[in-house]
Amino acid sequence: MSDKFKDKFRLDRQTMALRVAKEFQDGDYVNLGIGIPVLASNYVPAGREVVFHSENGVLGFGQVHTAGEGDPDFVNAGGQAVTIIPGTCFFDHHESFSIVRGRHLDISVMGGLQVSEKGDLANWLVPERQIGTIGGAMDLAVGARKLIIAMNHVTKDNQPRIVKKCSYELTAVECVKLVVTDIAVIEVTKKGMVLKEIAPTWTLEEVQELTEPKLIVAPDCKEIEL
Amino acid sequence: MPINKIVAGFDEAVADIPDGATIMIGGFGTVASTPTCLLEALARKGVKNITTVSNTTGFGSDVWRLLGYKFSEDMDVLVRNGLVKKAIVAAPVSTVYQNNFEKLLRAGKVEAEMVPQGTLAERIRAAKAGLGGVYVPTGVGTIVEKGKEKKVINGKTYLLELPITADFALIKAHKGDRWGNLVYRRTSRTFNATMAGAAKVTIAEVDEIVELGQLDPETVVTPGIYVDRVIARPKDVKVDDRPISQEALDSQAKTKARGSA
Repeated sequence: MSDKFKDKFRLDRQTMALRVAKEFQDGDYVNLGIGIPVLASNYVPAGREVVFHSENGVLGFGQVHTAGEGDPDFVNAGGQAVTIIPGTCFFDHHESFSIVRGRHLDISVMGGLQVSEKGDLANWLVPERQIGTIGGAMDLAVGARKLIIAMNHVTKDNQPRIVKKCSYELTAVECVKLVVTDIAVIEVTKKGMVLKEIAPTWTLEEVQELTEPKLIVAPDCKEIEL
Repeated sequence: MPINKIVAGFDEAVADIPDGATIMIGGFGTVASTPTCLLEALARKGVKNITTVSNTTGFGSDVWRLLGYKFSEDMDVLVRNGLVKKAIVAAPVSTVYQNNFEKLLRAGKVEAEMVPQGTLAERIRAAKAGLGGVYVPTGVGTIVEKGKEKKVINGKTYLLELPITADFALIKAHKGDRWGNLVYRRTSRTFNATMAGAAKVTIAEVDEIVELGQLDPETVVTPGIYVDRVIARPKDVKVDDRPISQEALDSQAKTKARGSA
């Protein structure tokens, strides 16, 4: 695919995280994956109380410590030291995944490699690497009530990541509800993929050109709101 | 005679682990949640052809020393000394660091059975709880379902996952008493508490041994019945001042850029 859009504006990681965080509702329990998702913890909309879950056995934690500070016995799933807050509670791995698999989490946010029209997710194996890590991704994908994927719209070679059918090894089938990319916000519905928001300076046609399945343009489709 | 599960030395604690044993290793992957001294003792003993059950396969002491840890060995000490034949594991490789396990895996010198993290925890719990298996929704429609029984229950598809048991479980806790009651610190509870009691013999490495009665009965996490041996870490440890590898330095820069530690 051509790279004729390479000089166009794209949301950076922090801005994508800011957009993801807008999805968090008051009282939500949320798991954030490594990378862009975890940055979203800094952007919870004012006035909303959100409780973060981490696979290694904690509900309710605060900011990431700066390097060299913090308690080695208190880290998030990315291994970063985080702060204890009033309400924090700890539990073992079995309990942690009862929370995940038992559909108790309102939202899980993860990175992605490919998302299909039906909401299938591939995010654990880059084919060129041959060996990958499933980790907790499969459990989170089947368990969360709302799965949000934050990823770049295309690969480094400008191939669409939003595809008709995933060619990479799957993480879970029909699980993704919303995709936030560096140029668009797309909802997965029974009728198909609905384009809800697009990045500044982009046209509907341009976003479609970088997306394999035919997008349904939402009647109220607008510029990405932060 | 009073029950006394306290063992004096780490070499003694692992002395009866034989070649070919299946060994659970507690922790999440962070060295703080790892039974470091037990792993070092096992590496010194040098058993062969072991199968491990763990969340990760270890980053190696260089990565942890770089972050200032004194107790810095993780499962890598078993891998790089050639003890491991097969790993049953949720996260065999890292996207930011090629560990020794990945190198051996790519060279065909070790095997890996990858299990989704929640399924791994549940299969371990099934062994501990005496269950014949569990039906889980995780992995349906993916590579994980290969060869497994599928069952539709209340309209939803599940996979039958069988229990994982082991000969020994090596775990890390914060405090323990002579009956084997354990408490943990914060997120270092993780797979440690899950694995306690899932193996024929559970050995707990603790920061501190306390008198019977000193742990608040309301807050004991692992009941002593699951634990066979308790051993305290030394108060201090000789600082390992070998130079840190370039690979470890590179991985630190990469992980910082990606947003993990």
